[in-house]
Amino acid sequence: MADVSVDVTVNGRRRRETVEPRLTLADFLRDRCRLTGTHLGCEHGVCGACTVLVDGAAVRSCLMFAVQADGAEVTTVEGIAPSDGGLSEVQAAFRDCHGLQCGFCTPGFVTSVTAFLRDHPRPTDAQIREVLSGTLCRCTGYQGIFRAVRQAADAGQREERP
Amino acid sequence: MKPAPFEYHAPTTVTDATNLLAEAGDSAKVLAGGQSLVPMLALRLAVFEHLVDIGRIDELQGIERRDDALWIGAGTTQARVEASDEVALAVPLLTKATPFVGHFQIRNRGTLGGSIAHADPAAEYPGVALALDASMHVRSSKGRRTIAARDFFDSLWTTTMEPDELLDGVSFPIWNGRRSFAVEEFARRHGDFAIAGATVGIELDDGDRIRRCAIGLIGLGATPERAEAAEAELVDRMITEIEPDDVGHLAMAGLESVPDDLHGSAEFRKRVGRAMVARAWATAGAEVRNG
Repeated sequence: MADVSVDVTVNGRRRRETVEPRLTLADFLRDRCRLTGTHLGCEHGVCGACTVLVDGAAVRSCLMFAVQADGAEVTTVEGIAPSDGGLSEVQAAFRDCHGLQCGFCTPGFVTSVTAFLRDHPRPTDAQIREVLSGTLCRCTGYQGIFRAVRQAADAGQREERP
Repeated sequence: MKPAPFEYHAPTTVTDATNLLAEAGDSAKVLAGGQSLVPMLALRLAVFEHLVDIGRIDELQGIERRDDALWIGAGTTQARVEASDEVALAVPLLTKATPFVGHFQIRNRGTLGGSIAHADPAAEYPGVALALDASMHVRSSKGRRTIAARDFFDSLWTTTMEPDELLDGVSFPIWNGRRSFAVEEFARRHGDFAIAGATVGIELDDGDRIRRCAIGLIGLGATPERAEAAEAELVDRMITEIEPDDVGHLAMAGLESVPDDLHGSAEFRKRVGRAMVARAWATAGAEVRNG
């Protein structure tokens, strides 16, 4: 089975690698790029922990082969935070609102919510709950996570005002 | 890295893709969005020597009106279908059904054609395609053919397409009159496959008489189902005289292979299905009379 070359930009940095076609994007990010912020829970598309942004769209990186990302721009949770070492608005809101406990699912929530608030800057509560349903948390519970998204959305709206 | 090894192909034209499928026979599988296929590969429920990735074929993308139907390219993502004004205008049932497909992260990758070709009886798009009498446009290295939805879904995860054929687009008939549509599902969690679900379309004449109706059933057989006997009984009647609960009851008659598993007995699913049909009928019925 022939290996395939992939050329992907990950968090702004170009990566050219030769991979087995069956290597998932998640394993590529973790093992080849050493970006272990992307977590693997179920590895079949249910838990959402491995969510990353591919050309800006939130997707499960366990349900995509690295070869399918050839030519794409990928953003992982490591690429969400500002380069000065601080936290993004979404990350800060998760900290403020107790939106994480063990933190295993958090990268999936942070990437998903970042993409969601970019596309829906004024979400309703129902929209927020629906978006959170795509990622499983088994320890904190969803109320703190919900409040974090609400806070990040409200903070974004304040910034938009003149 | 859980799937078994495979050879990867990324053609950029349908001709190249169908030639690859013709050469490889049933040792090849088409990879569209991968949101059902990749889990099956990861769990090794499916093993293929060749995967033909159709994600780089531009001619499989798009949404456009063609005569009295809306054509949607098989590679069009569910997210694009969900956001399309053209779809909302021409085939509102698709717009209403799409938010039930997985989660938004899934819909960003999952495609319309992938879902229909995968033919899960509990999935929304196969149910909508059957309810609306959609046409499946299929190509192989030998030529093209069009398969009516009623002839397309064969059994669980199985269609009447041959292994060398590729679904390249689906045409959904446009209902132009006084019409409305509704979808109802019951699932344990949002985004799960439904225990049972229903899609309903109702078209009325100016006097509130039912000119046509469609009742699609999701998760209630080995394929998506259509309550044809119920539809026949409802056409030409006044919508004001029909009780939604009676429609639900009618729609469950004659179902022969309702799933019976740990998620629910066949009897339970039929009760849920009856309620979903009744709710969808009530919603669509109220909307069409008021709108």
